[in-house]
Amino acid sequence: MAVATARPAAPAGAPTGATFDWPAAAWDALVTGLLAGALGLFMVGFRTTDYGSAGLQFEYHLVDLLVACVAIFLGRLALTAAANGWPLVTFVIGAALLAAAQGLKLPSSFLTVVISMIGVALMLRALWVWLRRSSGGSAAIAGLSSSMGQGTQRLYPWFGAALLAFAVVMPFLPFADQKVMDLGILILTYVMLGWGLNIVVGLAGLLDLGYVAFYAVGAYAYALLSTQHGWSFWICLPVAGILAAMFGVLLGFPVLRLRGDYLAIVTLGFGEIVKIVLQNWVDFTEGPAGIGGIPGPTVLGHVFAEQAPEGKTTFHEWVGIEFSGNHRLIFLYFVILVLALITNFVTMRLRRLPVGRAWEALREDEIACQALGINPTNTKLTAFAIGAMFAGFAGSFFAAKQRFISPESFVFIESAIILSIVVLGGMGSQFGVVLAAILLIGLPEWFRDLGQYRMLAFGLAMVLIMVFKPKGLVSHRDPTVRLHPAGAG
Amino acid sequence: MEYFLQQLINALTLGAIYGLIAIGYTMVYGIIGMINFAHGDIFMVGGFIALIGFMICSLLGIGWAPLAIVLVLLLAMAFTSVYGWAVERLAYRPLRGSFRLAPLISAIGVSIVLQNFVQLAQGARPKPHASVITGSIKLHEADGFAVNLSYIQIVIMVVTVALMAGFTLLINRTALGRQQRACEQDMKMAALLGVDVNRTISFTFVMGAAMAAVAGMMFMMYYGVVDFFVGFLAGIKAFTAAVLGGIGSLPGAMLGGLLIGLIEVFWAGYFSTEYKDVAAFSVLVLVLIFRPTGLLGKPEIEKV
Repeated sequence: MAVATARPAAPAGAPTGATFDWPAAAWDALVTGLLAGALGLFMVGFRTTDYGSAGLQFEYHLVDLLVACVAIFLGRLALTAAANGWPLVTFVIGAALLAAAQGLKLPSSFLTVVISMIGVALMLRALWVWLRRSSGGSAAIAGLSSSMGQGTQRLYPWFGAALLAFAVVMPFLPFADQKVMDLGILILTYVMLGWGLNIVVGLAGLLDLGYVAFYAVGAYAYALLSTQHGWSFWICLPVAGILAAMFGVLLGFPVLRLRGDYLAIVTLGFGEIVKIVLQNWVDFTEGPAGIGGIPGPTVLGHVFAEQAPEGKTTFHEWVGIEFSGNHRLIFLYFVILVLALITNFVTMRLRRLPVGRAWEALREDEIACQALGINPTNTKLTAFAIGAMFAGFAGSFFAAKQRFISPESFVFIESAIILSIVVLGGMGSQFGVVLAAILLIGLPEWFRDLGQYRMLAFGLAMVLIMVFKPKGLVSHRDPTVRLHPAGAG
Repeated sequence: MEYFLQQLINALTLGAIYGLIAIGYTMVYGIIGMINFAHGDIFMVGGFIALIGFMICSLLGIGWAPLAIVLVLLLAMAFTSVYGWAVERLAYRPLRGSFRLAPLISAIGVSIVLQNFVQLAQGARPKPHASVITGSIKLHEADGFAVNLSYIQIVIMVVTVALMAGFTLLINRTALGRQQRACEQDMKMAALLGVDVNRTISFTFVMGAAMAAVAGMMFMMYYGVVDFFVGFLAGIKAFTAAVLGGIGSLPGAMLGGLLIGLIEVFWAGYFSTEYKDVAAFSVLVLVLIFRPTGLLGKPEIEKV
């Protein structure tokens, strides 16, 4: 339902004024509403529910569907009106929808929320037209957008520094209880994964849909080495990274000659293969049951526990403070913070090296790169391996933090989430990844009730960003020199 | 031998379903050069619409199986086509002329949206449905092992062959098919000669979705169950089939589908069920590495 309302309005440059064809607009809106009805008729109108012995039975939601279609009809009409210079109509319809959603008793709370949101969006759309129409307003918008472009670009380092300062002091602030720390660790893990994938997708322009496979390699490397051979986290961390990078090379070597979209599907297949192997090679990986009892990281050999195990000392005895369960989380938080910052630092440095320049050049035009003597396969391979290495680091951290891993944590949807963080942030932008991770991981964790709509929102965000703002929240760094002026590559 | 024959029959049935999905991938790739990642989920939508269609039929008291099948077939094709059309119009058309990976990322988004939409609207649990056609023909029996050809398998093969024949005629003999092939060869030139390119691309998506709907319906009838996630694996395997046959080639898609069906069924029958998906993925990787143009494809020359 929401998809249909996202339809772009009629041409933006349409003449404003009285020459507005109402019957055509109404017909267009009617077609849109009917299409939405056709899309939803079976899927929404007839909900199949299993009644055990009675088999599948219908639950009818045809009224919901009708309400949604009417809302879509009105919304489409209002958008056409706004695009043709009738913002008042848009505003009135928006207000009416909002009032109806709040005042009438709709069949489901979901409809109430969605229709209210449509109403608010329409009212904002009308306000936008009015703002543009008043001469002062349009000048202000033009000035704002141009100064914002340069101003924010200059401000990013300051934003970044402020965010970093906050991240460093956050664990010591009064509100930092266990829940907040857990969320902080989760967000930072995704920031690190996003930065790692950014090297592959954002800089080198290789769409990797199996990134989670390298994450899994790192996690299983640490889990197996620590539980079966007793290796400590700090030894396993580099080993896991190297192992993941080796997997990257192993996979990348044959497939990186492929064109971009083939590469995406092959990496997706590789991710699935890794998951299937993890599930079925029970002797080695414990299969779907997963590996438990993974030891956490230690500080110079001191463990985080209330009672020290045989032959070890605990952290709180060593430092001489009262035991608290939060210490472990705070420590883990700083570990992932440092790991993420290393990822960022290495990426920023690599960008200025010849190999980083080659990645960006390759992203823009592969044939031109070949003509200039850059070996595309080797260059892509370095990006792939370095990205995989950071995923391996993050994976072994994940295993150490969770203390339990199973193949369920490494499914395709995980890759898709990381990819949508990179895409939403603006491919290639380091700061954008942080914003997107906070937005995509932090918000849904905060609003647990919306959990079931979370993936729907992820998918919608990916489509809408590609359609309306393909450069992401924070535009990526453009290449310094372009071959095709319009970026046709 | 009997075991082999039985597996062969099963493989051909599965291959027919993969082939029908693969046609959608190959046509879309041929005309606009993008991998329609959401195509597997269109197939899943088709399966759901067929399930609901059969339930409505039994509510209305249409008990005669052939009539119910034909009705549901038309219903599923029509309503799934709307999905195909809407996806192209909303998520792909605005991206023409955007950067190279944009349509693929958008398609991944559409795939996630469709899966979660169906999960929310219909629930996450698998939906079982009693088979519409039961019974089978015993072809051969030896050593207590019978080779059976079930009626549903016959229906699947007959419908697939009939659809393929009709589809080939449509592409080769009608004005719509001619326009479609013209756009595939040179979109700009076709537009200059008066072909409505947007309409032709929409038509391609609609046809692909209709084929996927038939595949979804057959899948639902064959396995008697459908859930919101079936499109993912089936979609990737059908894509593998399209690549194996040579992407852009319609007979190739069908051939690739049959081959993937054979590989999967025989792998599961003679080696291990757990790793049958790995077999299909490995085939994809191997084909792309050693013969990226597939069996029947033409080599693609990349132009600057």
